[in-house]
Amino acid sequence: MEFGFTTAAYVVAAVLFILSLGGLSGQESAKRAVWYGIVGMALAVFATLIGPGSGLWLLSLVLLAGGGAIGVVVAQRVQMTEMPQLIAAMHSLVGLAAVFVGFNAHIEAARVAAMAADQRDALVGFAAVLAHKTPVELTILRVELFLGIFIGAVTFTGSVVAFGKLAGKLTSKAQKLPGGHMLNAGAAALSVILLIVYMNGAPLWSLLLMTALALFIGYHLIMGIGGADMPVVVSMLNSYSGWAAAAIGFSLGNDLLIVVGALVGSSGAILSYIMCKAMNRHFVSVILGALAATAGRRPRSRARWSPSRPRAWRRH
Amino acid sequence: MLGVGLIAPVSFMQHFIVFVLSVFIGFQVIWNVSHSLHTPLMAVTNAISSIIIVGALLQMGSGAWLVILLAAVSVFMAGINIFGGFLVTRRMLAMFQKS
Repeated sequence: MEFGFTTAAYVVAAVLFILSLGGLSGQESAKRAVWYGIVGMALAVFATLIGPGSGLWLLSLVLLAGGGAIGVVVAQRVQMTEMPQLIAAMHSLVGLAAVFVGFNAHIEAARVAAMAADQRDALVGFAAVLAHKTPVELTILRVELFLGIFIGAVTFTGSVVAFGKLAGKLTSKAQKLPGGHMLNAGAAALSVILLIVYMNGAPLWSLLLMTALALFIGYHLIMGIGGADMPVVVSMLNSYSGWAAAAIGFSLGNDLLIVVGALVGSSGAILSYIMCKAMNRHFVSVILGALAATAGRRPRSRARWSPSRPRAWRRH
Repeated sequence: MLGVGLIAPVSFMQHFIVFVLSVFIGFQVIWNVSHSLHTPLMAVTNAISSIIIVGALLQMGSGAWLVILLAAVSVFMAGINIFGGFLVTRRMLAMFQKS
């Protein structure tokens, strides 16, 4: 009964999120669309809190309210011209949260695996889901949470660097670090090897090592992109955080996370593509920023932005 | 994609259908966004991506203190993002209305 309600609420929330994204593509419907998003999020949180598997709901609410208070204060104080870096900073939080939730899934899986059969039957929520997984499903779970942590970690450091560049705390020039793309490719290849190692049952160290590599990739990738391209990068990172949420959704067996993660992931990717076209830039050359910098366009020292003049972003 | 269906268990494929369809909805919905709305759209997708809080909330019921700690920090961070993200979007749209 309770579970049925949670699922129903998830469906409604997912529809609201779709309406929210759709509404924001038109000027008139935009204001209403934000409310769709807010109601959808409230519904999702509420349904999860009363649904199976959540615990310490009072602590959860207090933490949510505390975080929310900080969010409100920051969002109200920030200058309009500082919006892009605020969005980048908030992205990093989502990325880090995805990393933590992924690690939690690993710890829980190990804990449940160590339990005796009679203990397993008493479990509820996520742990109960884990307890009933077949070995094949557990291997898939490992792949999913590995991907979730990897993307989340890339999003985290990438967003921090994007924030630093937009806020003028880091040099906004496209940095050419020694090794360049080979370094990224090497780290990515090593991560793939670690994925295989982890799939075959390696313990926590492989996850931790991969996380370190992913953090490095995120840092290095975004350092190589010039400040003028940062809006596109922020949108890309947005997309990444969605894919991370979707991967985590797979490992938790939560359809709402999968739906919304995929929505954010694909819409973020499309949005960054559209933004590239609007700026007359090639998508690939933005993402592989270091190449673009050598191709002749000097990035602006600092992207300035205002919502009433969104085109200002593309001035050079 | 059919190959995935041959080796993956049913439980995975059920989630996979949901995933693929959602990706398509995301593509379709965004494709015709007007130029001036790029940044508000970015802000709202950022706010929505804090849906990861659902994952963290589900882990708060764990028995292991480390899991609870990490989940609690995640809930807190996602909380910042939910409120901050939607508020920022509203502020941006409010500016459009004036101009």
